[in-house]
Amino acid sequence: MACIEARGLRKAFGKTVALDGVNVRLEEGRILGLIGPNGAGKTTALNAILGLTPYQGELRVLGRDPWSERDRLMLDVCFIADVAVLPRWMRVSQALDYVAGVHPRFDRAKAEGFLEKTDIRRASKIRELSKGMVTQLHLALVMAIDARLLVLDEPTLGLDILYRKQFYDSLLNDYYDRSRTIVVTTHQVDDIQNVLTDLMFINRGRIVLDCSMEEFEARYVEVTVHPQQVAAARALKPIHERQVLGRSILLFDLKPDSKPDLNSEVKSDRVDRQQVAALGDVRTPSIADLFVAMLGNTQGNKPVDNSGQAQGMPK
Amino acid sequence: MNTQLNAVPDSPLGSQAVAPAVMPETRPLYWSIRRELWENRSIYMAPLAVAAVYVFGFLISLFWVPRSMRGMGAHHEMPPVNVLAMPYSHAAMLIMLIALLVGIFYSLDALHSERRDRSILFWKSLPVSDFATVLSKASIPLVVLPLLTFAITVALQLIMLLLNATVLLVSGRGTAMPWAPPLFEMELVTLYGTAVLALWHAPIYCWFLLVSGWARRATSLWAVLPPLAIAATEYIAFHTSYLGSLLQDRLFGFAAGAFDLKDKNGLPIDAHFIPLAQLAPGRFLSSPGLWIGLVFAAIFLAAAVRMRRYQGPL
Repeated sequence: MACIEARGLRKAFGKTVALDGVNVRLEEGRILGLIGPNGAGKTTALNAILGLTPYQGELRVLGRDPWSERDRLMLDVCFIADVAVLPRWMRVSQALDYVAGVHPRFDRAKAEGFLEKTDIRRASKIRELSKGMVTQLHLALVMAIDARLLVLDEPTLGLDILYRKQFYDSLLNDYYDRSRTIVVTTHQVDDIQNVLTDLMFINRGRIVLDCSMEEFEARYVEVTVHPQQVAAARALKPIHERQVLGRSILLFDLKPDSKPDLNSEVKSDRVDRQQVAALGDVRTPSIADLFVAMLGNTQGNKPVDNSGQAQGMPK
Repeated sequence: MNTQLNAVPDSPLGSQAVAPAVMPETRPLYWSIRRELWENRSIYMAPLAVAAVYVFGFLISLFWVPRSMRGMGAHHEMPPVNVLAMPYSHAAMLIMLIALLVGIFYSLDALHSERRDRSILFWKSLPVSDFATVLSKASIPLVVLPLLTFAITVALQLIMLLLNATVLLVSGRGTAMPWAPPLFEMELVTLYGTAVLALWHAPIYCWFLLVSGWARRATSLWAVLPPLAIAATEYIAFHTSYLGSLLQDRLFGFAAGAFDLKDKNGLPIDAHFIPLAQLAPGRFLSSPGLWIGLVFAAIFLAAAVRMRRYQGPL
């Protein structure tokens, strides 16, 4: 069974379309990064998945309709919205008591174990904790719940690099077990490049990229081109070009590895790995680089579709 | 307490096939009510603090009692029961008034504060239905506060009785003359009174809850001004005041509904001591005003539950 399955998911606030016919299928056991610019529809999509907002279209999460079955869905789903949602008046011990009281799948000993590794005292009020400690507490609560889907919406917003690293480390080492599913949105994409199994870009309410990280690595290459070969490289139609310290760095969308097809060169914009390897130093681009390449030039008022990618044109 | 819950299978595959977790429906409700008491400590702190202050004041007044009783004794051999009951019934009325104020302020904020501080996102991430949440919040003014009022009043009056007896014995006046009201009878009337008040005012609290879940700001204005505005419009337009008297009846109508305000001689009773014979539970329970009010309370609560489904942080 798919963990999340959406068909034609649509949501509009007045005239603003937040989700414009989104189709998603996410299997269980994946770690999906949902990346998009501000106002792209990320939080709306997560809210729909969590049963926090009504929507049009079809959506099943773990086989349930989130809007009509939120409380039952939350037995199997956890989420961390951002660092500011734990009630500030509450004591740490009360938070443990309450979650233990209402959640049948909460393992209090496990949560206490996670808290042992931090400086958080049970008697502290949440308002007395630092931002990083609140996140640690929330993560301890959530990781002690035996859930099947964990949704993280900007979980590390405003945290320093140490807390961020620790956050994803504990998530991978102490929580993720290949049967649980995690969906995460963040602007700090470099933090999660090595965490994800799947990647999705969303822009203007539409999914513009949906691939596994294996596909991502096989398909996109970044080449620091030798100066004398810039013209040749540009002829292969890179999807993006930038200059760093006087050298051109070009990003190519390679065709998926397949049997050599003599005619394909003519029809496709895509090039193959040997061709680009001859042009300079080849490496896998960062998610941020691909994000800028695909969406960087649509941030103005006028969308310009020169990315070479099947991009949703606004109506 | 959680040993059973901790026995959830640890294996990841076990979690795939795990049956819907069993938990009594009332457990989230119970913990949600406890949560409300954690968050709003004024629910019990305010009446307790007022009770403590009252005991202190009463203690000081006791040192004047021998003299005042001496003065009284010259005129009446036996002080009437309503005079004896006066400090005790004032204590009960004071606690009821505080509970009323606490209940009003609580209800006006209950569904607003969780949106204001964004914690609604945390509450909604847990398997607690909107129904259980709203019900737990409604039970504070409708169940918890009346029970607290009764308990604190009984405790307060017993402490007063003990202090009174101690002072009389120590001052050597003895307790030969009647010095205490029939406290047990008074407690029964207090219990009846708190229950009547909660039932009669239920639609008001539920209306406040609904407004607190709906208004983005100024919940108290939204709660009070529209009914007043409609009543004023009715008066200006038609020179009638049906709505006005309806509102007035909702605030104070419980007294005439639940008590016989005249005794068997046709004389008005003294509110400081209401004998059991003056209670009219049958009439109260069969009055349409009570049941119409409760129907409205249920409608407001249902609307608040529905509203909370759509609401997020402000």
